[in-house]
Order: sequence, then C-alpha cells, then structure tokens
Amino acid sequence: MLPVLIFAFASLVTLGAAVAVVTHKNILHSAFFLILAFVGVAAIYVLLEAPFLAVVQVLVYIGAIAILIVFAIMLTRRLMSEEMEQRNTQWLPSAIGALALFLVLGWIVYSAGWPAHEGAVPAEPIALMGQELLTTYLVPFEIASVLLLAALVGAILIGREKETRSAE
Amino acid sequence: MSIPLNWFLVVAAALFCIGLYGVLSRRNAIGILMGIELMLNAVNINLIAFWRYLDPARLTGQIFAVFVFAVAAAEVAVGLALVIAIYRNRDTVIIEEIDLLKE
Repeated sequence: MLPVLIFAFASLVTLGAAVAVVTHKNILHSAFFLILAFVGVAAIYVLLEAPFLAVVQVLVYIGAIAILIVFAIMLTRRLMSEEMEQRNTQWLPSAIGALALFLVLGWIVYSAGWPAHEGAVPAEPIALMGQELLTTYLVPFEIASVLLLAALVGAILIGREKETRSAE
Repeated sequence: MSIPLNWFLVVAAALFCIGLYGVLSRRNAIGILMGIELMLNAVNINLIAFWRYLDPARLTGQIFAVFVFAVAAAEVAVGLALVIAIYRNRDTVIIEEIDLLKE
C-alpha cells in the first residue's frame, strides 16, 4: 500500500509542477517549478528501483540543467516581464493536440497488454552498469563523450562575446 | 511490485503531453527548452519502467536512460548558448521575432 501512496504523491507533484512550468506567467517561477518536477521524477525512479538514476537525475537535471536555465533567464530577464503575453497565437490548437495525443497514448498503453516479467533487480546494478558501459556499450559510450566535448566547445564558441578590435 | 506498469506509462504520457504543449505554446525560447526537458524526462520514465517490468536482469533500459541524460545535458548547453547569442545580437528571446530566414 505504501508504494502506491508514494507513487500517487510523486506523480501528482510531478504533473502539477509540470503544468505550472508550461502555464506560469513568470518564467523564473516556471524554472523553479521545473526543479520540483525533476524531484518528483527522481522519486518515481526510486520507486522503480533505480536509485543510481535518481541520484544522477538530481545531480544532472537539478544541479546542472535547471541552474543553467535559471542563469539564462536571469541574463535575458528584462525582456520578458509578467505583463507580456506568454502564449503564442496557436496555444489552443496545441492544447487540443497535446490532449488528443495523451488520449491516444493512454489507449495504446491500456490495449497493448505488456508481457511483464516479475524478475529481480541485479544485486550490484552500478558495478554491472559500469561493466556493460565498457564492454557491450563501449562504442555508444565513446560517442557520447565526443558529443559532450563537441557540445562544450560549441556552447563556448556560440555564447562567447565577440572580441572588439579597438584594442589593437 | 504492487504498482502496475500501466500507471507509470500513463504518468509518463501525461508528462510528455504537458511538455509538448509547453513547446508548442510558449513564446519565450527558454520556455520551449523547459518543455523539451519535461518531454525528455517522460521518455526516461518510460525507459526505466520498461526495464524494471520487462527485462530487469540486464541493465539495457538504465543504460539507455544514462545516454538520454548525456544528450539532454549537451542539448540544453548548446540551446541556451544559442538563446544568449540571439539575445545579444537581436535583443529578443521571443521565438516569433527570430525570423531572419524569412526576410
């Protein structure tokens, strides 16, 4: 019974915070609700017996991505005051489309009949994951590291202030 | 495991659709990026739920989720750098006003 209660609480927090993220008029408050949604998703990972991913979720999403988003909002803030319209002209068709997609996905989920196996999680999942990453998934692992390096260089290059020539 | 797999999938679908609405309806480019983050989180919930209920002995789903984390971090870093660069050059973050290719 307890897992069901925790699941209900975590999913309500996540979905409520997510609705606030996409509808709140103040974009900075949206970013804080985004952090709350990430915490709710981390709780769902714990319920799914993936505690390592819950920790990574807190580290990467809250510690890096959400903070980066807050930085970007602070740097561009004065242009988006609360009085401005935050929705574009196509918000109503978007809402209807998203709702329709949800109904279709829900129908698919309930009509599919997944072949569930009630197996046990490996005893040492983190050690096993490390081994798998360096054997079976070695090539994707290396590609991911190259991708991160490229993103790092690209972000610095794009975000850099143009050098002024007046100093010469 | 007292929670059925379907519940996780429905929550993930709802989170994905909320994020999709945010991506389609926001005018602020950073708001659109936040919607994309919600959608990526929904995908991760799906991956881990399928791993736990369909194939828990191997860690395929978890490792896939770790790659999604890495790609999400790269995506948000480049995306926000683009937003800052556009803000610096065009003095706007509203997506409708960034129409250089239309002119």
